[in-house]
Amino acid sequence: MAAKPKLCYFRGRGRMESIRWLLAAAGVEFEEEFLETREQYERLQKDGRLLFGQVPLVEIDGMALTQTRAILSYLAAKYNLHGKDLKETVRIDMHADGTLDLMMKVAAAAFKPPGEKEKSLASAVEKAKTRYFPVFEKILKDQGEDFLVGNKFSWADIQLLEAILMIEELDASVLSDFPLLQAFKTRISNIPTIKKFLQPGSQRKPPPDSHYVKVARTVLQF
Amino acid sequence: MEGKPVLHYFKARGRMESIRWFLAAAGVEFEEKFIETAEDLNKLKNDGSLMFKQVPMVEIDGMKLVQTRAILNYLSTKYNLYGKDTKERVLIDMYTEGVADVNEMMIRLPVCPRDQKEATIAKIKEKTTVHFLPAFEKVLSHGQDYLLGSKLCRADIHLVEILHYVEELDPSLLANYPLLRALKARVSNLPGLKKFLQPGGQRQPPTDEKMLEEARKVFKF
Repeated sequence: MAAKPKLCYFRGRGRMESIRWLLAAAGVEFEEEFLETREQYERLQKDGRLLFGQVPLVEIDGMALTQTRAILSYLAAKYNLHGKDLKETVRIDMHADGTLDLMMKVAAAAFKPPGEKEKSLASAVEKAKTRYFPVFEKILKDQGEDFLVGNKFSWADIQLLEAILMIEELDASVLSDFPLLQAFKTRISNIPTIKKFLQPGSQRKPPPDSHYVKVARTVLQF
Repeated sequence: MEGKPVLHYFKARGRMESIRWFLAAAGVEFEEKFIETAEDLNKLKNDGSLMFKQVPMVEIDGMKLVQTRAILNYLSTKYNLYGKDTKERVLIDMYTEGVADVNEMMIRLPVCPRDQKEATIAKIKEKTTVHFLPAFEKVLSHGQDYLLGSKLCRADIHLVEILHYVEELDPSLLANYPLLRALKARVSNLPGLKKFLQPGGQRQPPTDEKMLEEARKVFKF
Protein backbone atom coordinates (compact mmCIF):
# COMPACT_ATOMS: atom_id res chain seq x y z
CA MET A 1 0.00 0.00 0.00
CA ALA A 2 1.35 3.39 -0.92
CA ALA A 3 2.44 5.57 1.97
CA LYS A 4 0.97 9.04 2.21
CA PRO A 5 3.06 11.83 0.67
CA LYS A 6 5.08 13.62 3.33
CA LEU A 7 5.59 17.36 3.17
CA CYS A 8 8.46 19.12 4.94
CA TYR A 9 8.26 22.90 5.35
CA PHE A 10 7.52 25.68 7.82
CA ARG A 11 4.14 25.75 9.48
CA GLY A 12 2.89 28.35 7.04
CA ARG A 13 2.03 29.00 3.39
CA GLY A 14 5.21 30.15 1.63
CA ARG A 15 6.18 27.95 -1.28
CA MET A 16 4.39 24.86 0.00
CA GLU A 17 0.81 26.12 0.03
CA SER A 18 0.08 25.54 -3.67
CA ILE A 19 1.25 21.96 -3.17
CA ARG A 20 -1.12 21.50 -0.21
CA TRP A 21 -3.97 22.87 -2.34
CA LEU A 22 -3.23 20.50 -5.20
CA LEU A 23 -3.06 17.43 -2.99
CA ALA A 24 -6.18 18.43 -1.07
CA ALA A 25 -8.13 19.13 -4.27
CA ALA A 26 -7.08 15.74 -5.64
CA GLY A 27 -8.39 14.14 -2.44
CA VAL A 28 -4.95 12.89 -1.43
CA GLU A 29 -4.21 12.61 2.29
CA PHE A 30 -0.77 13.84 3.25
CA GLU A 31 1.47 14.13 6.32
CA GLU A 32 3.49 17.15 7.31
CA GLU A 33 6.77 17.60 9.14
CA PHE A 34 7.21 21.22 10.25
CA LEU A 35 10.58 22.94 10.28
CA GLU A 36 11.06 24.84 13.49
CA THR A 37 14.78 25.00 14.22
CA ARG A 38 18.03 25.59 12.38
CA GLU A 39 19.32 22.25 13.70
CA GLN A 40 16.44 20.40 12.07
CA TYR A 41 17.20 22.11 8.77
CA GLU A 42 20.91 21.34 8.93
CA ARG A 43 20.14 17.69 9.67
CA LEU A 44 17.87 17.62 6.63
CA GLN A 45 20.59 19.12 4.46
CA LYS A 46 23.18 16.65 5.77
CA ASP A 47 21.10 13.55 5.13
CA GLY A 48 21.07 14.32 1.40
CA ARG A 49 17.38 14.53 0.61
CA LEU A 50 17.51 18.19 -0.41
CA LEU A 51 18.98 18.34 -3.92
CA PHE A 52 19.95 22.01 -3.64
CA GLY A 53 19.78 22.21 0.14
CA GLN A 54 16.31 23.80 0.04
CA VAL A 55 12.72 23.17 1.02
CA PRO A 56 9.89 22.58 0.06
CA LEU A 57 10.51 18.85 0.20
CA VAL A 58 7.84 16.29 -0.72
CA GLU A 59 8.52 12.60 -0.24
CA ILE A 60 6.30 10.62 -2.57
CA ASP A 61 6.54 7.41 -4.62
CA GLY A 62 9.96 6.61 -3.17
CA MET A 63 11.42 9.97 -4.24
CA ALA A 64 12.58 13.07 -2.37
CA LEU A 65 11.19 15.88 -4.53
CA THR A 66 12.29 19.49 -4.19
CA GLN A 67 11.71 22.63 -6.30
CA THR A 68 8.11 23.80 -6.04
CA ARG A 69 7.23 23.76 -9.72
CA ALA A 70 8.77 20.34 -10.29
CA ILE A 71 6.62 19.01 -7.46
CA LEU A 72 3.46 20.73 -8.69
CA SER A 73 3.95 19.47 -12.25
CA TYR A 74 4.52 15.91 -11.03
CA LEU A 75 1.42 15.94 -8.84
CA ALA A 76 -0.74 17.56 -11.51
CA ALA A 77 0.18 14.81 -13.98
CA LYS A 78 -0.14 12.02 -11.40
CA TYR A 79 -3.65 13.08 -10.40
CA ASN A 80 -4.86 13.79 -13.95
CA LEU A 81 -5.07 17.54 -13.49
CA HIS A 82 -2.64 18.51 -16.26
CA GLY A 83 -4.74 18.30 -19.42
CA LYS A 84 -5.38 15.52 -21.91
CA ASP A 85 -2.80 16.52 -24.54
CA LEU A 86 0.12 18.87 -25.06
CA LYS A 87 -2.04 21.80 -26.18
CA GLU A 88 -4.14 21.60 -23.00
CA THR A 89 -1.04 21.12 -20.84
CA VAL A 90 0.63 24.27 -22.20
CA ARG A 91 -2.52 26.30 -21.56
CA ILE A 92 -2.71 24.99 -18.00
CA ASP A 93 0.99 25.79 -17.56
CA MET A 94 0.51 29.37 -18.79
CA HIS A 95 -2.39 29.94 -16.40
CA ALA A 96 -0.76 28.21 -13.44
CA ASP A 97 2.57 29.94 -13.91
CA GLY A 98 0.85 33.33 -14.10
CA THR A 99 -1.13 32.79 -10.89
CA LEU A 100 1.91 31.33 -9.13
CA ASP A 101 3.90 34.48 -10.04
CA LEU A 102 1.15 36.56 -8.44
CA MET A 103 1.00 34.45 -5.27
CA MET A 104 4.79 34.45 -4.87
CA LYS A 105 4.70 38.28 -4.89
CA VAL A 106 2.32 38.14 -1.93
CA ALA A 107 4.42 35.52 -0.15
CA ALA A 108 7.62 37.55 -0.60
CA ALA A 109 6.01 40.71 0.78
CA ALA A 110 5.84 39.17 4.28
CA PHE A 111 9.64 39.40 4.49
CA LYS A 112 9.93 43.06 3.50
CA PRO A 113 10.40 45.89 6.01
CA PRO A 114 7.25 47.79 7.08
CA GLY A 115 6.28 50.39 4.48
CA GLU A 116 7.81 48.33 1.68
CA LYS A 117 5.61 45.40 2.69
CA GLU A 118 2.39 47.39 2.34
CA LYS A 119 3.59 48.78 -1.01
CA SER A 120 4.32 45.27 -2.31
CA LEU A 121 0.95 43.96 -1.22
CA ALA A 122 -0.85 46.91 -2.80
CA SER A 123 1.10 46.29 -6.01
CA ALA A 124 0.08 42.62 -5.98
CA VAL A 125 -3.59 43.58 -5.57
CA GLU A 126 -3.23 46.07 -8.42
CA LYS A 127 -1.65 43.44 -10.67
CA ALA A 128 -4.41 40.98 -9.80
CA LYS A 129 -7.09 43.54 -10.74
CA THR A 130 -5.46 44.78 -13.93
CA ARG A 131 -3.24 42.04 -15.28
CA TYR A 132 -4.44 38.66 -14.10
CA PHE A 133 -8.14 38.63 -13.17
CA PRO A 134 -9.33 40.35 -16.37
CA VAL A 135 -7.61 37.62 -18.39
CA PHE A 136 -9.36 34.82 -16.54
CA GLU A 137 -12.71 36.65 -16.58
CA LYS A 138 -12.40 36.90 -20.38
CA ILE A 139 -11.44 33.24 -20.75
CA LEU A 140 -14.50 32.20 -18.76
CA LYS A 141 -16.67 34.58 -20.80
CA ASP A 142 -15.34 33.48 -24.21
CA GLN A 143 -15.55 29.78 -23.42
CA GLY A 144 -18.81 29.76 -21.45
CA GLU A 145 -17.55 26.69 -19.59
CA ASP A 146 -17.20 25.85 -15.91
CA PHE A 147 -13.43 25.37 -15.97
CA LEU A 148 -10.47 27.18 -17.50
CA VAL A 149 -9.15 24.46 -19.80
CA GLY A 150 -10.76 21.66 -21.75
CA ASN A 151 -14.10 21.86 -19.94
CA LYS A 152 -12.53 19.80 -17.19
CA PHE A 153 -11.30 20.56 -13.66
CA SER A 154 -7.52 21.04 -13.71
CA TRP A 155 -4.54 22.41 -11.81
CA ALA A 156 -5.22 25.81 -13.42
CA ASP A 157 -8.62 26.05 -11.67
CA ILE A 158 -7.14 25.12 -8.27
CA GLN A 159 -4.39 27.74 -8.55
CA LEU A 160 -6.82 30.44 -9.67
CA LEU A 161 -9.09 29.81 -6.69
CA GLU A 162 -6.11 29.87 -4.34
CA ALA A 163 -4.96 33.19 -5.86
CA ILE A 164 -8.46 34.72 -5.68
CA LEU A 165 -8.80 33.88 -1.99
CA MET A 166 -5.29 35.14 -1.25
CA ILE A 167 -5.94 38.51 -2.93
CA GLU A 168 -9.38 38.79 -1.31
CA GLU A 169 -7.67 38.53 2.07
CA LEU A 170 -5.85 41.75 1.11
CA ASP A 171 -8.83 43.47 -0.56
CA ALA A 172 -12.27 41.98 -0.08
CA SER A 173 -13.71 43.93 -3.03
CA VAL A 174 -11.21 42.69 -5.60
CA LEU A 175 -13.76 40.59 -7.54
CA SER A 176 -16.40 43.33 -7.72
CA ASP A 177 -15.84 43.87 -11.46
CA PHE A 178 -15.57 40.18 -12.27
CA PRO A 179 -18.96 38.43 -12.07
CA LEU A 180 -17.76 35.26 -13.79
CA LEU A 181 -14.83 34.94 -11.40
CA GLN A 182 -17.27 35.32 -8.52
CA ALA A 183 -19.31 32.44 -9.89
CA PHE A 184 -16.11 30.46 -10.54
CA LYS A 185 -15.00 31.04 -6.96
CA THR A 186 -18.29 29.71 -5.58
CA ARG A 187 -18.36 26.77 -7.96
CA ILE A 188 -14.79 25.60 -7.33
CA SER A 189 -15.05 26.20 -3.57
CA ASN A 190 -17.98 23.81 -3.52
CA ILE A 191 -16.10 20.90 -5.03
CA PRO A 192 -16.22 18.43 -2.09
CA THR A 193 -12.46 18.00 -1.64
CA ILE A 194 -11.91 21.75 -1.81
CA LYS A 195 -14.86 22.50 0.42
CA LYS A 196 -13.29 20.23 3.03
CA PHE A 197 -9.90 21.94 2.67
CA LEU A 198 -11.53 25.35 3.17
CA GLN A 199 -13.07 24.35 6.49
CA PRO A 200 -11.43 25.10 9.84
CA GLY A 201 -9.19 22.28 11.04
CA SER A 202 -7.87 21.40 7.58
CA GLN A 203 -4.20 21.48 6.61
CA ARG A 204 -4.63 24.83 4.87
CA LYS A 205 -2.32 27.39 6.44
CA PRO A 206 -3.15 30.99 7.50
CA PRO A 207 -1.53 34.10 5.96
CA PRO A 208 2.05 34.73 7.13
CA ASP A 209 2.39 36.51 10.48
CA SER A 210 5.42 37.81 12.37
CA HIS A 211 5.98 34.44 14.04
CA TYR A 212 6.14 32.65 10.69
CA VAL A 213 8.59 35.23 9.34
CA LYS A 214 10.74 34.88 12.47
CA VAL A 215 10.91 31.08 12.22
CA ALA A 216 11.70 31.17 8.50
CA ARG A 217 14.46 33.75 9.02
CA THR A 218 15.93 31.77 11.92
CA VAL A 219 15.90 28.44 10.11
CA LEU A 220 17.15 29.76 6.77
CA GLN A 221 19.40 32.41 8.32
CA PHE A 222 18.54 35.39 6.17
CA MET B 1 4.40 22.79 -43.81
CA GLU B 2 5.06 24.06 -40.32
CA GLY B 3 6.49 27.57 -40.11
CA LYS B 4 9.44 28.34 -37.88
CA PRO B 5 8.73 29.42 -34.32
CA VAL B 6 8.79 33.23 -33.98
CA LEU B 7 10.26 34.71 -30.82
CA HIS B 8 9.07 38.11 -29.59
CA TYR B 9 11.41 39.87 -27.16
CA PHE B 10 13.96 42.62 -26.77
CA LYS B 11 17.34 42.31 -28.47
CA ALA B 12 18.81 41.06 -25.20
CA ARG B 13 19.21 37.91 -23.13
CA GLY B 14 16.69 38.43 -20.35
CA ARG B 15 14.03 35.75 -20.11
CA MET B 16 14.15 34.71 -23.75
CA GLU B 17 17.75 33.53 -23.86
CA SER B 18 17.09 30.10 -22.36
CA ILE B 19 14.47 29.54 -25.08
CA ARG B 20 16.98 30.53 -27.76
CA TRP B 21 19.55 28.13 -26.29
CA PHE B 22 17.02 25.31 -26.18
CA LEU B 23 15.88 25.71 -29.78
CA ALA B 24 19.46 26.00 -31.01
CA ALA B 25 20.51 22.86 -29.15
CA ALA B 26 17.44 21.01 -30.42
CA GLY B 27 18.41 21.98 -33.98
CA VAL B 28 15.23 24.00 -34.50
CA GLU B 29 15.52 27.08 -36.70
CA PHE B 30 13.68 30.09 -35.36
CA GLU B 31 12.89 33.67 -36.32
CA GLU B 32 12.97 36.66 -34.04
CA LYS B 33 10.91 39.85 -34.00
CA PHE B 34 12.79 42.26 -31.78
CA ILE B 35 10.90 44.79 -29.69
CA GLU B 36 12.89 47.94 -30.35
CA THR B 37 10.55 50.80 -29.45
CA ALA B 38 7.86 51.54 -26.92
CA GLU B 39 5.41 51.44 -29.85
CA ASP B 40 6.48 47.87 -30.73
CA LEU B 41 5.75 46.78 -27.18
CA ASN B 42 2.44 48.64 -26.95
CA LYS B 43 1.26 47.12 -30.20
CA LEU B 44 1.85 43.61 -28.85
CA LYS B 45 0.15 44.50 -25.58
CA ASN B 46 -2.88 45.96 -27.32
CA ASP B 47 -3.47 43.41 -30.08
CA GLY B 48 -4.13 40.56 -27.66
CA SER B 49 -0.92 38.71 -28.40
CA LEU B 50 0.30 38.71 -24.81
CA MET B 51 -1.88 36.83 -22.32
CA PHE B 52 -0.56 38.73 -19.31
CA LYS B 53 0.76 41.71 -21.34
CA GLN B 54 4.28 40.37 -20.88
CA VAL B 55 7.05 38.93 -23.02
CA PRO B 56 8.63 36.46 -23.77
CA MET B 57 6.07 35.33 -26.32
CA VAL B 58 6.64 32.54 -28.83
CA GLU B 59 4.42 31.92 -31.83
CA ILE B 60 4.38 28.21 -32.58
CA ASP B 61 1.87 25.65 -33.88
CA GLY B 62 -0.83 28.28 -34.26
CA MET B 63 -0.50 29.46 -30.67
CA LYS B 64 0.96 32.52 -28.97
CA LEU B 65 2.69 31.09 -25.90
CA VAL B 66 3.76 33.17 -22.91
CA GLN B 67 5.37 32.38 -19.52
CA THR B 68 8.92 31.16 -20.01
CA ARG B 69 8.40 27.88 -18.19
CA ALA B 70 5.21 27.01 -20.07
CA ILE B 71 7.03 27.70 -23.34
CA LEU B 72 10.06 25.57 -22.43
CA ASN B 73 7.85 22.73 -21.14
CA TYR B 74 5.98 22.72 -24.45
CA LEU B 75 9.11 22.82 -26.58
CA SER B 76 10.85 20.16 -24.49
CA THR B 77 7.96 17.76 -24.98
CA LYS B 78 7.58 18.58 -28.67
CA TYR B 79 11.27 18.02 -29.38
CA ASN B 80 11.64 14.95 -27.15
CA LEU B 81 14.09 16.39 -24.66
CA TYR B 82 11.95 15.84 -21.57
CA GLY B 83 12.80 12.28 -20.52
CA LYS B 84 10.97 9.04 -21.22
CA ASP B 85 8.56 8.84 -18.25
CA THR B 86 7.21 10.79 -15.28
CA LYS B 87 10.09 9.80 -12.98
CA GLU B 88 12.68 11.11 -15.47
CA ARG B 89 10.55 14.16 -16.07
CA VAL B 90 10.36 15.15 -12.41
CA LEU B 91 14.12 14.74 -12.07
CA ILE B 92 14.60 16.92 -15.15
CA ASP B 93 12.20 19.48 -13.66
CA MET B 94 14.14 19.54 -10.38
CA TYR B 95 17.41 20.15 -12.22
CA THR B 96 15.77 22.74 -14.49
CA GLU B 97 14.29 24.65 -11.56
CA GLY B 98 17.62 24.68 -9.75
CA VAL B 99 19.20 26.22 -12.85
CA ALA B 100 16.31 28.68 -13.15
CA ASP B 101 16.93 29.91 -9.60
CA VAL B 102 20.52 30.86 -10.51
CA ASN B 103 19.43 32.22 -13.90
CA GLU B 104 16.93 34.47 -12.14
CA MET B 105 19.80 36.08 -10.25
CA MET B 106 21.79 36.45 -13.49
CA ILE B 107 18.81 38.03 -15.29
CA ARG B 108 18.34 40.61 -12.54
CA LEU B 109 22.02 41.50 -12.24
CA PRO B 110 22.19 44.07 -15.07
CA VAL B 111 19.26 46.04 -13.62
CA CYS B 112 20.53 45.88 -10.07
CA PRO B 113 21.32 49.36 -8.60
CA ARG B 114 25.01 50.18 -8.83
CA ASP B 115 25.50 50.35 -5.06
CA GLN B 116 24.06 46.85 -4.63
CA LYS B 117 25.94 45.24 -7.49
CA GLU B 118 28.90 43.95 -5.52
CA ALA B 119 26.70 42.41 -2.83
CA THR B 120 24.49 40.80 -5.47
CA ILE B 121 27.47 39.28 -7.27
CA ALA B 122 28.69 37.93 -3.92
CA LYS B 123 25.27 36.33 -3.39
CA ILE B 124 25.38 34.70 -6.82
CA LYS B 125 28.84 33.33 -6.13
CA GLU B 126 27.70 32.00 -2.76
CA LYS B 127 24.61 30.32 -4.19
CA THR B 128 26.52 28.66 -6.98
CA THR B 129 29.43 27.41 -4.87
CA VAL B 130 27.57 26.22 -1.77
CA HIS B 131 24.76 24.17 -3.32
CA PHE B 132 24.36 24.54 -7.03
CA LEU B 133 27.67 23.49 -8.62
CA PRO B 134 28.42 20.72 -6.09
CA ALA B 135 24.95 19.22 -6.57
CA PHE B 136 25.33 18.97 -10.34
CA GLU B 137 28.94 17.74 -10.15
CA LYS B 138 27.63 14.99 -7.85
CA VAL B 139 24.89 14.03 -10.30
CA LEU B 140 27.52 13.65 -13.04
CA SER B 141 29.63 11.35 -10.89
CA HIS B 142 27.65 8.48 -12.47
CA GLY B 143 30.28 8.81 -15.17
CA GLN B 144 27.93 9.12 -18.11
CA ASP B 145 27.80 11.90 -20.66
CA TYR B 146 24.66 13.72 -19.54
CA LEU B 147 22.73 14.48 -16.35
CA LEU B 148 20.27 11.65 -16.82
CA GLY B 149 22.80 9.26 -18.26
CA SER B 150 23.54 8.53 -21.87
CA LYS B 151 20.87 10.75 -23.39
CA LEU B 152 20.76 14.55 -23.71
CA CYS B 153 17.77 16.29 -22.16
CA ARG B 154 16.66 19.87 -21.66
CA ALA B 155 18.31 20.10 -18.25
CA ASP B 156 21.76 19.64 -19.82
CA ILE B 157 21.11 22.57 -22.15
CA HIS B 158 19.81 24.85 -19.36
CA LEU B 159 22.71 23.91 -17.08
CA VAL B 160 25.38 24.52 -19.71
CA GLU B 161 23.87 27.93 -20.49
CA ILE B 162 24.25 28.90 -16.84
CA LEU B 163 27.77 27.49 -16.68
CA HIS B 164 28.66 29.92 -19.46
CA TYR B 165 27.25 32.79 -17.35
CA VAL B 166 29.06 31.62 -14.23
CA GLU B 167 32.28 31.57 -16.23
CA GLU B 168 31.57 35.07 -17.60
CA LEU B 169 31.16 36.26 -14.01
CA ASP B 170 34.31 34.56 -12.70
CA PRO B 171 36.10 31.73 -14.53
CA SER B 172 37.70 30.47 -11.31
CA LEU B 173 34.25 29.39 -10.04
CA LEU B 174 34.35 26.35 -12.32
CA ALA B 175 37.90 25.38 -11.40
CA ASN B 176 36.96 22.58 -9.00
CA TYR B 177 34.30 20.99 -11.20
CA PRO B 178 35.90 18.86 -13.89
CA LEU B 179 32.71 16.93 -14.71
CA LEU B 180 30.75 20.15 -15.19
CA ARG B 181 33.50 21.55 -17.39
CA ALA B 182 33.38 18.38 -19.48
CA LEU B 183 29.57 18.61 -19.80
CA LYS B 184 29.91 22.25 -20.81
CA ALA B 185 32.39 21.38 -23.55
CA ARG B 186 30.36 18.40 -24.75
CA VAL B 187 27.03 20.22 -24.95
CA SER B 188 28.52 23.44 -26.37
CA ASN B 189 29.91 21.33 -29.23
CA LEU B 190 26.53 19.97 -30.31
CA PRO B 191 26.13 21.20 -33.91
CA GLY B 192 23.17 23.51 -33.20
CA LEU B 193 24.82 25.10 -30.17
CA LYS B 194 28.22 25.36 -31.77
CA LYS B 195 26.69 27.47 -34.54
CA PHE B 196 24.58 29.47 -32.02
CA LEU B 197 27.66 30.34 -29.96
CA GLN B 198 29.80 31.49 -32.87
CA PRO B 199 29.96 35.13 -34.00
CA GLY B 200 26.89 35.74 -36.14
CA GLY B 201 24.88 33.14 -34.17
CA GLN B 202 21.56 34.09 -32.58
CA ARG B 203 23.01 34.18 -29.10
CA GLN B 204 22.71 37.57 -27.36
CA PRO B 205 25.72 39.23 -25.69
CA PRO B 206 25.77 40.10 -21.98
CA THR B 207 23.64 43.14 -21.12
CA ASP B 208 26.08 45.99 -20.46
CA GLU B 209 25.60 49.53 -19.15
CA LYS B 210 25.33 51.00 -22.64
CA MET B 211 22.54 48.58 -23.70
CA LEU B 212 20.70 49.32 -20.47
CA GLU B 213 20.97 53.09 -20.99
CA GLU B 214 19.56 52.74 -24.50
CA ALA B 215 16.75 50.51 -23.23
CA ARG B 216 15.90 52.99 -20.47
CA LYS B 217 15.60 55.79 -23.03
CA VAL B 218 13.39 53.72 -25.32
CA PHE B 219 11.18 52.03 -22.75
CA LYS B 220 11.30 54.76 -20.10
CA PHE B 221 12.04 52.72 -16.99
